[in-house]
Amino acid sequence: MEWFQSFFAQYGTLLAQGTWDTIVMTFVSTLFAYVIGIPLGVLVVVTASDGLRPHHALNTVLGWIVNIGRSIPFIILLVALIPFTRWVVGTSLGVPGAIVPLVISAAPFVARMVEQSLREVDGGLVEAAQSFGASSWQIVCKVLLHEGLPSLIRGVSITFITLFGYSAMAGTVGAGGLGDIAIRYGYQRYQNDVMFATIIILIVLVQIVQTAGDHLAFKLDKRNR
Amino acid sequence: MIRIEHLTKTYATDGHDRCVLDDINLTINDGDIFGIIGESGAGKSTLVRCINLLEHPTSGRVLIGDRDITSYTGKELITLRRGIGMIFQNFSLFQQRNVLSNVEFPLELQHEDKAKSHARASELLEMVGLGDKGSYYPSQLSGGQQQRVAIARALANSPKIMLCDEATSALDTMTTHSILELLKTINRDLGVTIVFITHSLAVAESICNRIAVIDAGHIVEQGATADVFKNPQAKVTRELLGMEGQVLA
Ligand SMILES: Nc1ncnc2c1ncn2[C@@H]1O[C@H](COP(=O)(O)OP(=O)(O)OP(=O)(O)O)[C@@H](O)[C@H]1O
Ligand SMILES: [Mg+2]
Repeated sequence: MEWFQSFFAQYGTLLAQGTWDTIVMTFVSTLFAYVIGIPLGVLVVVTASDGLRPHHALNTVLGWIVNIGRSIPFIILLVALIPFTRWVVGTSLGVPGAIVPLVISAAPFVARMVEQSLREVDGGLVEAAQSFGASSWQIVCKVLLHEGLPSLIRGVSITFITLFGYSAMAGTVGAGGLGDIAIRYGYQRYQNDVMFATIIILIVLVQIVQTAGDHLAFKLDKRNR
Repeated sequence: MIRIEHLTKTYATDGHDRCVLDDINLTINDGDIFGIIGESGAGKSTLVRCINLLEHPTSGRVLIGDRDITSYTGKELITLRRGIGMIFQNFSLFQQRNVLSNVEFPLELQHEDKAKSHARASELLEMVGLGDKGSYYPSQLSGGQQQRVAIARALANSPKIMLCDEATSALDTMTTHSILELLKTINRDLGVTIVFITHSLAVAESICNRIAVIDAGHIVEQGATADVFKNPQAKVTRELLGMEGQVLA
């Protein structure tokens, strides 16, 4: 007990700040990754050969962009993007510096998940909507995104959790957050207790996000009535 | 009146064309309940989907009234489709919308006033016998109830034509009977022309005043239901009637 008290007195603020930074980084990155990923995923589905507006060339190019984005390991992207990150947010350090590479690496991943969610929607529903005179835009908004919502929500929690992991890697290049603390204290100063604490916090965060995501998706899914 | 003239439909599969509908000629009169009968893969769905252009004919014409709709696109196509309701074998209800919102859907597409579409949807649900189920979700309803919702939804735009693709094939005998009765009422009271696809002759006999039998993309027989049943000409019709064995024996 006493050990805990002194540990918290010494590292409590640090860990709290790190946790907060990690949450902010992950949350903001997830948000922007969806801002880019949703239109990208929708476009991939819509322009597919069996889509609402088939367009082979555009679909192929989008496929390439998504695949290239997903095949570059995050740690390499992180370093390679430093000049670009500086140009966008003025620094490659701290929380803002981490958000740019996180968004760039997550957006193609999000696009693929959005694509999957929309493909799960029963084609018969699209056809029914068409038979009532729905436009392609109305089908995307009122059928695909609407009927795919529970699956999209599950995707959000997966993205969020993946970005937790990535944000820790971003810590290695000075992004701040729990990853940064684990490296600085645990790896460089051999303070295993601090490293251990960061791991526990990450585990708890992941559990909370997963449980909340699953719960929300289940609650929202009217098929579970 | 719906007139189909020299309609053909070919699909390009694996590089070569396959003819799914070949020189189809049909006339469906206003007020008909017109049956299209045939075995699986005969081309029934493809034919009916050419009427609201969910499928585009390769050649030939489809006339509704005296207007050739075959070349319709954009706004014209949307207006055309609003005038034609459609129901499906597996109901195709939106799972994430409640019953009321499903029925309101076609009106929502036209940005219809909320209160108005609400009133219209409630009235239709009342008509199909589900006035108390507006706040239910499709997953909470039986197959027969779901098809009633689909019928109400198809009627939201007050169409003059309704296309039914195997509308009762997923339902048991009792439920099928009640859905057929509902469709007859709609035909009689609202004057909706119904095009009814089925592979069941019993169902066709009980609801259709005229039928066409389609086999491998060809219309092999058409006429008043009673005549076709009494005196089937085509081999397929006799097979469907289960008469072929007797003829051979
Ligand atoms: N998009 C398509 N591409 C290629 N072939 C198709 C396509 N749609 C239908 N067909 C073919 O056209 C033929 C007729 O199909 P259709 O769905 O109209 O038959 P059906 O009479 O409605 O059969 P069922 O009773 O099984 O519904 C089938 O052989 C089918 O394989
Ligand atoms: Mg069919």
